[in-house]
Amino acid sequence: MSYIIDRRLNGKNKSMVNRQRFLKRYRGHIKEAVSDAVNRRSITDMERGEQISIPTRNTHEPMITHGQGGKSHRVFPGNKEFNTGDQLEKPKGGGGGSGSGQASNQGEGEDDFSFFITKDEFLNYLFDDLELPNMIKKSLSQSKEFKTRRAGFVSEGTPNNLSVVKSLRNAHARRIGMGAGKRRKIKELQAQIEELIAAGKPDDDSVIAGLKADIAELEKKLKMLPFIDELDLRYRNQVKVPMPSSKAVMFCLMDVSGSMTQDVKDLAKRFYLLLYLFLEKNYEHIEIVFIRHHTSAKEVDEQEFFYSRETGGTIVSSALKLMDQVVQERYLEGDWNIYAAQASDGDNWDDDSPLCAQILSENLLPAIQHFAYVEITPHEHQALWYAYQGVAQANASKFATAQIRGAGDIYPVFRELFAKERYKEAV
Amino acid sequence: MSLNSDIYKDDPRAKTYLSTDSDWNFELLEKYDSEIAKIAAKYRLDTYPNQIEIISAEQMMDAYSSVGMPIGYNHWSYGKQFLSTQKNYQRGQMGLAYEIVINSDPCIAYLMEENTMPMQALVIAHACYGHNSFFKGNYLFKTWTDASSIIDYLLFAKNYVRKCEERYGQEEVEQMLDACHALQNYGVDRYRRPRPISAAEERLRQQEREDVLQRQVNDLWRTLPSRQEETTQQKRRVFPAEPQENILYFIEKNAPLLKPWQREIIRIVRKISQYFYPQRQTQVMNEGWATFWHYTLLNELYDNGKVTDGFMMEILTSHTSVVYQPGFDSPYYSGINPYALGFNMFQDIKRICENPTDEDREWFPDFAGKDWLDTLHFAMENFKDESFVQQFLSPRMMREFHLFSIYDDDERSHYEVEAIHNDNGYRKVREMLARQYDLSMREPNIQVWSVDLEGDRSLTLRHTMHDGTPLSQDVFEVMKHLHLLWGFDIHLDTVKDGEVIGRRSVPEMKVAD
Repeated sequence: MSYIIDRRLNGKNKSMVNRQRFLKRYRGHIKEAVSDAVNRRSITDMERGEQISIPTRNTHEPMITHGQGGKSHRVFPGNKEFNTGDQLEKPKGGGGGSGSGQASNQGEGEDDFSFFITKDEFLNYLFDDLELPNMIKKSLSQSKEFKTRRAGFVSEGTPNNLSVVKSLRNAHARRIGMGAGKRRKIKELQAQIEELIAAGKPDDDSVIAGLKADIAELEKKLKMLPFIDELDLRYRNQVKVPMPSSKAVMFCLMDVSGSMTQDVKDLAKRFYLLLYLFLEKNYEHIEIVFIRHHTSAKEVDEQEFFYSRETGGTIVSSALKLMDQVVQERYLEGDWNIYAAQASDGDNWDDDSPLCAQILSENLLPAIQHFAYVEITPHEHQALWYAYQGVAQANASKFATAQIRGAGDIYPVFRELFAKERYKEAV
Repeated sequence: MSLNSDIYKDDPRAKTYLSTDSDWNFELLEKYDSEIAKIAAKYRLDTYPNQIEIISAEQMMDAYSSVGMPIGYNHWSYGKQFLSTQKNYQRGQMGLAYEIVINSDPCIAYLMEENTMPMQALVIAHACYGHNSFFKGNYLFKTWTDASSIIDYLLFAKNYVRKCEERYGQEEVEQMLDACHALQNYGVDRYRRPRPISAAEERLRQQEREDVLQRQVNDLWRTLPSRQEETTQQKRRVFPAEPQENILYFIEKNAPLLKPWQREIIRIVRKISQYFYPQRQTQVMNEGWATFWHYTLLNELYDNGKVTDGFMMEILTSHTSVVYQPGFDSPYYSGINPYALGFNMFQDIKRICENPTDEDREWFPDFAGKDWLDTLHFAMENFKDESFVQQFLSPRMMREFHLFSIYDDDERSHYEVEAIHNDNGYRKVREMLARQYDLSMREPNIQVWSVDLEGDRSLTLRHTMHDGTPLSQDVFEVMKHLHLLWGFDIHLDTVKDGEVIGRRSVPEMKVAD
């Protein structure tokens, strides 16, 4: 007797819970591996999973087993030349060789337990503990967009929201409720009539006639119950809820003067990329504006932004002015969340730095969510850095500066700029 | 019409073939199953009803990682298992098993949808008639497991663990399970038949058990002096009266600080461990039996003209690789292949019955020349790996496998070849191989020895050393888990030749004694 059952359509991720438990247990290890991977990976491939390795001793489940040593007998197949009494050299360095089948159970064969995490998990670990600065603030308190949502039924409303089914059901219930007494009475009277008839009274007896009149009276009253009443009406309730804005624009500002080498630009690109991925996880729609500058600023496409060569001096304020202009033109209306990241090697024309600080604190910062400035230089800070420090102190929640010396710094700096704690107080 | 079918167009036997394609469908599965069932009945294979479930590769990975339980409680270690299965599979390092079969009534067998028709037939013969009849017939399974209630019980366990997680927190429960898993091999009764488990009863009695158990424990740990002036100045109570081999059971019943739900968790791990206990002792026999029958049943299907030559070729290719035994010096060697040893032994028993040589008559006077089917059923029903090898491994088999036994003494610089496959060696090799399958030899002998009832409540275990084999380093970790369960100091004494030669303690003692 056999039953054949097709289970292929049943859920296939039965192990998901257990997998998550494992990942949770080894969260520390995985996060470490993820941040290593970020530093190691090339710019273009952040969007894939990662192989994670955890030392076997950490994932090992202990069991009581026999250890090495003592006297043991073991039987093997495949004898070719051995004869009884042969003495065989023990392999040097302990166990090894044709050891017993136990070895693999004890996990000695592999040093690391390794497995893959998916792209989404990778990004989640990457952005774990991070919080978008000021996102909550913007999305709820300043939000101008609302959407309506159903919220049960109410007894007052406009006719277009009338719920017919609900109203008729109420009317029906009311009619049943209000008529119950009368109907019971009618039944009693009818029972009396039948009793009288059974007792042999004629149909036209006066008592029976009286009863019949009563019944007719009651039935008339029953009929007078209104089919539908004002009381029965129910309207679908709609409430307005503020809708968090799901649009963000990210400004990438970069110095492309002669002092910026391709290496420095690559570092900057990684930073932008992290920011982009980060925003992508939090907003449905993201636009990016690339502004590069030397002595004058220009809005360009991504390719040109990262790879075209320019020479000349540096006037940072030109980029900030252009950004301000773009914000005024395109992103003031429509509730955009505006983020900006500026990368530079710190060079600036000396007199320009105070102007930059001024544009930032007066024009840009009031309009935007967050501005991050990264200085990519292994050397001492330059004039622009010091000018920005003043701005940073005045706008701690919106403005952050950091210095990046090499590729290894990018992720830690990024984390620091967007770490949850940092913004908890500010928000 | 596929090319494959065209080949058989003019074959005179074509009408009798069940199918000529390599694709399977549900109708064909049923046809093959009923044909195989007919032949199986002829050979008196008594089985539970079969529940054949077709699943996808991903589902197979799920089934794989829950260590053969169709429903398991959640635990990170199953996730670990899953991740490594997934990685190996995706990299192509490992094919998935063609089938998984559960010792339950009805007997559940999983078939992968990727398999071809011949493979599905192979799996049906192997799992649904081979393993299934073994589960139903072997004495260990009959004694120790209750096929009809296991699914219910696993469901009860899963829900209970989930409820505990909701109530006491996932981490608390995980800690308990970690500790129990570390000791799960010491959670089985080896000599006493456990009560059959039934989920319905389990649920009903669970609350009752909690109360009673807690009361008993409290009684044991009563610190008030007993009222009667018992035999002069309290004879020191010895507890337990006799050493206990089932450590988890002992903990469940006697640990002073555990809460009722924690005791129930221990019980769950213990019950499941007990359920798998027979499987751990009958690997060679179980796989050998199933392999022998898929080979025999499908060959008969072929002889009856039900399947094509191509079908049989595919079966044989697969069969051959399953029963391949690499030599000890081969890079593919990873111990003795239970499929190879088991299959060949059953084949060999059949041969001894049908065509005994003089050697066979001398070695196996009981059954040489007797009815092979009777002998095979007798062997399947009444033995476990250890005794099966001891009773049925013939000199001819030892020659074919070129078996030899190595003696390894850690005090000597050389291994010694103590016996090989010759007249002087047969008995020794056979004995040594049988010992290799003896669970009580494979696992260190550790028992609960005593509890210091009046003093610091410490628990002392005793490890009886055999052949001077020490414990692996893991034992400290396991003792920490035990410490968590017991709540007071744990000592582990190692005894060699009747003398205590060492003591391990958790927490570690400051001064070694």
